[in-house]
Amino acid sequence: MSQEFILEMKDIVKEFPGVKALKGVELKVRPGTVHTLMGENGAGKSTLMKCLIGIYKQTSGQIVFDGKEVNFQSTLQAMNAGISMIHQELSPVPERSVCENVWMGREPRKGICVDHKKMRTECFKLFEKLGLDLDPDEKMGNLTVAKMQMVEIAKAVSYDSKIVIMDEPTSALTEGEVEHLFRIIEELKSRDVAIIYISHKMAEIFQISDDITVYRDGEYITTKPAEELTTDEVVSLMVGREVTEMFPKVECEIGETILKVENLSSGTAFQNVSFELHRGEILGFSGLVGAGRTEIVETIFGVRRKTGGTIYKDGKELNIKSAEDAISNGIALLTEDRRENGIVGLLSIKENVGLANLKRYGFPLNHKKMNQDGNKYKEMLSIKAPSLETPVMNLSGGNQQKVLVGRWLLTNPDILIVDEPTRGIDVGAKAEIHSIITKLAGEGKAIIMISSEMPEVMGMSDRVLIMHEGRQTGILNRDEATSELIMQYATMEPQDQNDK
Amino acid sequence: MKSKSFDTKKFLSQNGIWGVLIVMVILLTIVRPVFISRMNLQTLLESESIKGILAFGIMWAILSKGIDLGPGSVVALVSAVVASLVQQTGVTGRLLGENGLHLSAPLAMLVGLLIGAVVGLITGVIIAYTQIPPFIATLGTQLICRALAKMYTDRPVSNLEDSFRWIAKGKIGPVPMIVVVFIIMYILTAFLLTQTRFGKNVYAIGGNSQAARFAGINVEKNLVMVYIICSVCAALGGILLAARTGSADPSSNGLMYETDAIAAATVGGTSHSGGICRVSGVLCGILILGVINNGLVLLGVDDNMTNVVRGAIIVGAVILDMRKNVKKA
Repeated sequence: MSQEFILEMKDIVKEFPGVKALKGVELKVRPGTVHTLMGENGAGKSTLMKCLIGIYKQTSGQIVFDGKEVNFQSTLQAMNAGISMIHQELSPVPERSVCENVWMGREPRKGICVDHKKMRTECFKLFEKLGLDLDPDEKMGNLTVAKMQMVEIAKAVSYDSKIVIMDEPTSALTEGEVEHLFRIIEELKSRDVAIIYISHKMAEIFQISDDITVYRDGEYITTKPAEELTTDEVVSLMVGREVTEMFPKVECEIGETILKVENLSSGTAFQNVSFELHRGEILGFSGLVGAGRTEIVETIFGVRRKTGGTIYKDGKELNIKSAEDAISNGIALLTEDRRENGIVGLLSIKENVGLANLKRYGFPLNHKKMNQDGNKYKEMLSIKAPSLETPVMNLSGGNQQKVLVGRWLLTNPDILIVDEPTRGIDVGAKAEIHSIITKLAGEGKAIIMISSEMPEVMGMSDRVLIMHEGRQTGILNRDEATSELIMQYATMEPQDQNDK
Repeated sequence: MKSKSFDTKKFLSQNGIWGVLIVMVILLTIVRPVFISRMNLQTLLESESIKGILAFGIMWAILSKGIDLGPGSVVALVSAVVASLVQQTGVTGRLLGENGLHLSAPLAMLVGLLIGAVVGLITGVIIAYTQIPPFIATLGTQLICRALAKMYTDRPVSNLEDSFRWIAKGKIGPVPMIVVVFIIMYILTAFLLTQTRFGKNVYAIGGNSQAARFAGINVEKNLVMVYIICSVCAALGGILLAARTGSADPSSNGLMYETDAIAAATVGGTSHSGGICRVSGVLCGILILGVINNGLVLLGVDDNMTNVVRGAIIVGAVILDMRKNVKKA
């Protein structure tokens, strides 16, 4: 063996405006092994991988690949050098054939023409080598997710990759397909290819991994051989921080049931979710990204189709078909993705605050009242902006979020749903948003709070509902919710659940 | 102090276009003094009023991040139908028979506006509920309405009642009726845009339709309304055109009018990325295009060259618009 490590990343720091996503982390990968990266959402795994393959440029730190220091400017450079990434969301061109997808951007040529014959024969050879049962002429879009993934892996191999990064590769696979994937991984290992594996599923991690590296809050924790670790140890390494942030949680009177959800389902996104929400209560929704939490609240809010179950408010069955219905029933949803479905960036603060409540201003619109409302929430939420007329896109993330909080408070909801309310906003604004939420609960409003941040969920919630892959795995009371327990519920496979 | 200088900048970026108009007017007046004569200015306003009203309609479609290519053909269809309803009776060659159906002027206009509303309703429903690109849906409207107009009559419809022609040819004081109607439409559009929920809804839909939906706005219903308004404006344009010229030719009426209307709205600062528009800007855009058309005629520039200039102005306006918005983002 020429060298011990195929890849060494040392002291990688990555700063985004206002956030230090990576605080000097390291990663050392041995050739021909499966190296698993573990950590909560936001621990820095994906950011680190993006620095590696040239999507991001690290602020400082050194990357040594195959004995040479590298700094890729693009994924194409990384692929040509021998590092491929199979993304969580695959990005094939569905209308073209499998074969064309494999060779996209580097089609073999004969003169100036594409050599279609060579493309096909090379493709066959490649699939044979990996033991894949794929038809190069099939349209990419007709394949299952598992098969598309196989194509992506074949593509990686065709680049002669020495490292293949797999980000949550099994999240959309059936059990049989997972087995097949693992056989291919073994095949790759035997060719001395190193696999960097990102997953949240404990069982499969211990089945497949040689080494495990744990990150937490952008910091490197440790790297150990998989056989020296147990599930419990990994979980406590992942969440091992003290809950140091202050949360202004005030115990307040929990009132009667206001919202009751029974066996709620929406297609494949989530099934059979049941819970009750009380006045004055903050119900946390915990779980990993993709567990179906956002989909649940979108269904309650009427913007996603309900395929089963019933929702009651104050004992009466609700039939909500649109956001309009939800708002008039006293439900508000502060969405996760501010830019996508929250703010209208071109419009002013005033107009964004009033947007969900324009009925209030009559005909013709009462601009004076709109100004009063705008001013009220600008002051109450201390939104920092030159004037009420400032377009919202010119504000910082935290102030944009406050504008949206103002929008929903103006509708005077009984139930306020907040989805990742503090994502991507600075610490100060974060604390302010927390105290607003707590204050609202104190006023007898019922709150559902989705959060991927463990301290936030544990600090703010009266109870925590935990989801795993579209299924509700448990509801914990404030006093019994430890981060270890929540993480366990959030990563448990359905069969584990049956064992309990 | 700081906020004041900020306002000046904003004022300039929003109203700088009026400066362009003023400079053009001054230059033309120097080169061709006849430009500023009352006669010429009246002709200019009269000839731009119809396309201007179309522009007020198309502005809504563009604001909602869509487009409408149908208005020119709606002008043809509505002008032909309405004209046939108000042809003088007893003349030979009357489309609906020498003593056939004849409506009073207001009723005939109502029929015309109704046709516009139905066309807009169908187009709007298709766009909002099937989510096909507005460009395609309204291209269909364009072809179909023009064909319907030609199927309705294969020859120009003339000899229209004077009571009908009054809507364009009449005068209130020194102001021609057609200009009065244009001004009323301007006020109505400004009111809808700034003083009603509907206006705010369309701004929000154009700016971020997902956010609008999550804020409880019925995106589909509002989009349908947008295309109805756009088509009704075009129908009004058709009525005015028939009244002004005293006849309606289904194959040439309103031809390419949508291009001019889109150009006016665009030059006037309506962003094709949606969510940005000011009625005063659109008014200025209409006037600028009018001055260019009029000026090039006065300068004796030939017709093809005029179109080259107009084409260049549209593209230039969009380039400026894109740059302005990139800077903001």
